Amino acid sequence: MASLKDLRVRIASVKATQKITKAMQMVAAAKLRRAQESAEAARPYSQRMGSVLANIAAVVGDGAEAPRLMTGTGKDDTHLLVVCTGERGLCGGFNTQIVRLARDHVRRLLADGKQVKILCVGKKGYDQLRRDHANLIIDRVDLREVRNIGFTNADAIGKKVIALFDDGQFDVCTLFYSEFKSVISQVPTAQQIIPAKADSEEAAADTSGATYEYEPDAGTILETLIPRNISVQVFRALLENQASFYGAQMSAMDNATRNAGEMIDKLTLSYNRQRQAQITKELIEIISGAEAL
Amino acid sequence: MAQSFKFELVSPERLLISEEVETVVIPGADGEMTVMASHAPLMTSIRPGVMTVNMSGGKAERYVIFGGFADVMPESCTVLAEAAVHVDDIDRGDLEQRIADAREDLADAQEDDHKQRAQEYLDQLTTLHGAILPA
Repeated sequence: MASLKDLRVRIASVKATQKITKAMQMVAAAKLRRAQESAEAARPYSQRMGSVLANIAAVVGDGAEAPRLMTGTGKDDTHLLVVCTGERGLCGGFNTQIVRLARDHVRRLLADGKQVKILCVGKKGYDQLRRDHANLIIDRVDLREVRNIGFTNADAIGKKVIALFDDGQFDVCTLFYSEFKSVISQVPTAQQIIPAKADSEEAAADTSGATYEYEPDAGTILETLIPRNISVQVFRALLENQASFYGAQMSAMDNATRNAGEMIDKLTLSYNRQRQAQITKELIEIISGAEAL
Repeated sequence: MAQSFKFELVSPERLLISEEVETVVIPGADGEMTVMASHAPLMTSIRPGVMTVNMSGGKAERYVIFGGFADVMPESCTVLAEAAVHVDDIDRGDLEQRIADAREDLADAQEDDHKQRAQEYLDQLTTLHGAILPA
């Protein structure tokens, strides 16, 4: 049985831990709000982008004019997986969930005899994937220094992906990130970005209007629009991820704070019991000593 | 009074304007153009330049935009800007950085086609620089 002093030290240490987790929870809550706001602020752009793209795609069609980024290379031998995770831990199963989804995907592709290449965005995903698939990782992007994710960060990743595609390094590109549903629910998601799938519903809604005029012409616009769209998708994924990360961290830290509270209660109880036992023992000693006289 | 229509300016980060406006002057790829209500459906790419928005209230706002697209419909107009800054908030350093980047791109360009595009972009940026920030 631990001595009274040991228990006191233990309680003090758990209390200190609880303070830290509590502070982290509150920081995560504040950051979550900001991340959520920026994710929402970015939504109009990607929506408009989607409808504009669907619009032009409907005009250009699948003909020879359509850029390769949209139609694909016609093969699906080599897959590029862009795995977006957080830079930090202490966020429950957030990183692990994304990595697990990516890993399952890799296994399935490898079993089908496809080639797989991985581009890691974020440190944690890289650390976890390195264990099993170090030979598949071709590059990693570190966002550790970045405080607020801006479009430029996403654009850099998008350009990297497109450069690889133009180089003939892969045929299909899939983006892995965690979609932010709510504070307590983040869903790991896989989204195919190359070849781009135009949303047929949106296209149907938009082409009801009159025919467009294009300046300079539809093909040229599409050529610049599609790479942009890839960057936008990456940007959206990063923002969703950011919000999910803070959501996950907040609930993880909330749990930790609560567990610490329970632990303190338990330790305090056994501390008090032991103190009481010691007092009783001392009393008995005194009384029996007095009776012996 | 001129008829008003719905105008939206969105950058990847956020929605900058969503208002009823009378006219918008857009620096289109093939030249500046003024969009008014009931314009024929048009899609154009945008070169770096200054966009003037004349609100229904008679107020005019000027924004510097760095490339993007404009989607014009009879009853609405949406500008998807790569980056957009209000003229008052423009940062000289940022613009100069962009010009420096464009110069590098030009130096790196190998093929003629690419080189020409880089040159055009650089020219547009320097023109913009001269127009809004008289030395």
